[in-house]
Amino acid sequence: MVKVEKLTKKFGANTAVDSINFEVQKGEIVGFLGPNGAGKSTTMKMLAGFLPPTSGTAEIAGCDVFTDSLRAREHIGYMPENVPLYTDMRVSEFLRYRASLKGVPGRRLRDRISDVLELCGLEDVEKKIISRLSKGYRQRVGLADAMVHEPDLLILDEPTIGLDPNQIRLVRDLIRNLRRHHTILISTHILPEVEMLCSRVIIINKGRIEALDTPQNLRARLGQEGHVLFDARVPDARVAAAELRKLEGVQTVNIRNDGPWSIFKIQCTPGHDPRETIYQFAVEKSWPVRELSRPPVSLEQVFAEVTNGEEL
Amino acid sequence: MGRFFILFRREVASTFHQPIAYVVLFFFLVITGFNFHAGITMLNNGRGTTTVVEAFFNTMYFWFPFLLVFPFTTMRVFAEESKMGTIEMLMTAPVRDSQVVLAKYAGALFFYLVLWAPSLLYFVTFQTITGMNAAGAAGSYIGAYSILIMMGMLYTSIGCLASALTDNQIVAAMISFAAILALFFLGLLSFIMPATGSILREVTYYFSPIEHMVDFSRGIVDTRPVVFYISSTLLVLFATLHVFQYRRWKS
Repeated sequence: MVKVEKLTKKFGANTAVDSINFEVQKGEIVGFLGPNGAGKSTTMKMLAGFLPPTSGTAEIAGCDVFTDSLRAREHIGYMPENVPLYTDMRVSEFLRYRASLKGVPGRRLRDRISDVLELCGLEDVEKKIISRLSKGYRQRVGLADAMVHEPDLLILDEPTIGLDPNQIRLVRDLIRNLRRHHTILISTHILPEVEMLCSRVIIINKGRIEALDTPQNLRARLGQEGHVLFDARVPDARVAAAELRKLEGVQTVNIRNDGPWSIFKIQCTPGHDPRETIYQFAVEKSWPVRELSRPPVSLEQVFAEVTNGEEL
Repeated sequence: MGRFFILFRREVASTFHQPIAYVVLFFFLVITGFNFHAGITMLNNGRGTTTVVEAFFNTMYFWFPFLLVFPFTTMRVFAEESKMGTIEMLMTAPVRDSQVVLAKYAGALFFYLVLWAPSLLYFVTFQTITGMNAAGAAGSYIGAYSILIMMGMLYTSIGCLASALTDNQIVAAMISFAAILALFFLGLLSFIMPATGSILREVTYYFSPIEHMVDFSRGIVDTRPVVFYISSTLLVLFATLHVFQYRRWKS
């Protein structure tokens, strides 16, 4: 559905997107992750046909976005960051305008508009002027606009930014329901969102793709170097830590005290799970144990790892 | 053609959704109404030998609202969309850049025509009340209104170009006002030059709106201004299209 080859965008001396390659298959939901200024929005703008690239190509449904821009744009529903809308229009009026502009034939207009109004929960505000709508509703109008012409590909640039938790859940459910009919490319700051929605993740930093995989695989890749939490009441924490360090599969041990309890954060050697050894050892020493666990690696850690700890 | 018409309708709607349109319309009517009154008064006092149509189109009170109105009709067209970011939404729909530029231009021109349309009523009123002819012949109306439209075409395109150059409506208005005034005053040079033998006088006559209006409101349709206005409008629109593309590609 989407095929990007060596796509590059330079703004003067500054390279915003640096020779990126990726493909998206039909029916996938792909998440774009990256710190601010990583090149997410620039890439999306190029795919949507708004910005021409400095070099490289991008194809959407077999149409080149630059040489065959009009046909490529017919396949795209794009929702820009911050959702710019014509605020002087009424919701239904705006959608009608956008639908006919995007080539929805006159006889289908009414159906399409009532479909997207229902899908995005906009029936109540159908007759309202857009400037009077709250941020959450505007976001949904933007989404309705993006899909009013039934595009094959939806490009959503931070669809949930600036919404309250309830609205985020609504938009997220909406996107999840769209999965059946559309291929979706979504950029976001919110990691749990990616884990919930996306079948694949592209992590982009400083204009380059740092990682491209399923969320599970990304976590698994880091999970090998995970750590184990061991919470027990030991006579002497320092001695216990020294003894734990000698066990197989243990690299380093950090101690934190919680009253009589000591919490050990044990870094494991890659490929080892030392929990059983630690359990045996604790039984041997007859230490009362409160917790022995291996917290799952979150995508947040993966992200921090591949972007060298840059803030999201 | 279909998409052009959809875009054009949107332009017209966005103009008339804004209160400023009605403010402009109101003051424009006040000034042109006053202009009509001044023209009639002049003829009543016997200080002129022209027809009412000629008197209306050749006073100072005519040129003042005429020149002042273009920044208002055009400053929004591109500047507002760039500033609000809606240009991104517009240009990712399957529309050609040229369709957008032409539709925005046509929208601004339409507003200009709406502003001038009521002036026809003045002459109708005059004829009904006095029973006299406002013009010597129909050619007077045809000439005056066709040059009015052609001058509007050129000045509207200049305004559109100014609006495409910037994100700020005020800056756009200032650029277009400065450019339109410069063009107008250059045309005035033909009045202060020696009457014969000056090449400069010949050249400035070629684009002097005042001279054109004097001729056309008498019903003399000269093809030279027609060629001038239409060709320079096309040139400025072409420049507008390129500025519009360039600014997007650079951003």
